Amino acid sequence: MEQVNANKKYEDAAKTWEGDFLFVVQPDAELKEPSTMYMDLWHGKCRDAALVKPGEDKKAAFVYSGSYGNWKKLINKQIDPIQGLLTGKFKLKGDMAKVMRAVRAAKELVETASKVPTEFA
Amino acid sequence: MWFFTSPKIAFGEDSLEQLSAIEGKRVLVITDPIVSKLGMLEVVTNELKKEPRTVEVFDQVEAEPSFENVETVAAALRSFQPDLIVALGGGSCIDAAKGAWVLYERPDLKLDAVTPMTKLDLRKKARLVAIPTTAGTGSDATWVAVLTDRSQNMKLDYFASRELVPDYSILNPKFLLKLPKQATSYTGLDAIDQAIEAYVNQWRNDFADGLALRSIQILFEYLPKAFDNPDDLLARQKTQNAATMAGLAFSNSQVGLAHATGHALGAIFHMPHGLAVGISNPYVIQFSSRDAAQLYRDIAHVIGIEEQSDQKATAMLVESIKKLMNHVETPLSLREAGISHSAFLQSLDNLIEQTNRSTCTFVNPRVPDPEEVRKLFVCMYEGQPVDF
Repeated sequence: MEQVNANKKYEDAAKTWEGDFLFVVQPDAELKEPSTMYMDLWHGKCRDAALVKPGEDKKAAFVYSGSYGNWKKLINKQIDPIQGLLTGKFKLKGDMAKVMRAVRAAKELVETASKVPTEFA
Repeated sequence: MWFFTSPKIAFGEDSLEQLSAIEGKRVLVITDPIVSKLGMLEVVTNELKKEPRTVEVFDQVEAEPSFENVETVAAALRSFQPDLIVALGGGSCIDAAKGAWVLYERPDLKLDAVTPMTKLDLRKKARLVAIPTTAGTGSDATWVAVLTDRSQNMKLDYFASRELVPDYSILNPKFLLKLPKQATSYTGLDAIDQAIEAYVNQWRNDFADGLALRSIQILFEYLPKAFDNPDDLLARQKTQNAATMAGLAFSNSQVGLAHATGHALGAIFHMPHGLAVGISNPYVIQFSSRDAAQLYRDIAHVIGIEEQSDQKATAMLVESIKKLMNHVETPLSLREAGISHSAFLQSLDNLIEQTNRSTCTFVNPRVPDPEEVRKLFVCMYEGQPVDF
């Protein structure tokens, strides 16, 4: 959340964006339990971010989900977020046209995530 | 993982004969008034009528089709209920047919809700045949349609789905003999840009690369010949084939920044698409060369530039493109294209905004920030080299 709010490029790209997200990491050979992160993205800022507790029924305007292995590739920039959707590696629920009008913001969000020091399982 | 998608392509002087082999009892031909007047429509309907079937015509597609125009085409489809749609014309006719086809098959959808991720389930009611009468848009081979949202004064560039690739593309070079010189140059320059942007794109791949390079090679050789001698059937056939190859190349890779700026220029100044993209191309190459000079050198090599230095080869490629643009009598800057300085300045923020929102921008080899887009447009306007 701090990284997103410190990213001026994201702020500029997402200045008209209104919509919260659930980012769902689905289990695969390397991850046993699913994991979900909630982010409330609003006008270029992240107003709230939290890990969703198992069993918690959290709702959001958009749900972006993929396997743990594919998330790793996305964060390491081996997958483009839009190509990930086109090849079915990721699924998106929500107003897809709205996302297509905000590709710059999506790219900047992934850029931000890739800068966060990450230790994968 | 990635995909390669293509229609079945019939090409050559006798390719229209393929129409007889395509099933369809009720056929709606979608075209525009110019194609209708020039006699090409009659040739196509006569060929279709060689089989027992009902053929009707809608010939009111407008240039750079708007949502409203596409809705009108869709109404004609709903009224006639065809099982085969034939799109005859330039990119506008084929794009309008694609948009209307979606509305015909999926009345529950709105045009601006269609994205590459939308499952359309087309072909429950009809299949699509594209017969291009220009050599440049590539729409006969692609999964994209460029439609204009007049309410927003912008072109929708994410109206795309692999389901939208026509079932057949029929390339009859004789139709190009009637193409005016200006349309020959603009559409040809569009095809060159499509192929170049496909080759240097972040989404480039081996399948698209081969088509891109060969189409560039053909277009550099034959576009001047087609322009100088409109009756040169070989030149027409070569440019037509190359345009569809360029369409396949970018449809299976992507176009980039010159298309983003070109779409913005087209929407705001109502410039023909090929002109807008053609003017953008050399400037975008100069801008992108920082990150893709080696790829531009590959392109330079296929048009006979032997230079080994990536940067020098790129500079020579830009000069070759400008020389070609001069040959086909196309302006090299927005100022030369007749846009007044005051109109340019008045629209600059909107141009930047639309370019920044375009999906094409983010797959360019070098992705610009908004300030770089501003400087790029200023260079395009003044005809100055891009040196940042």
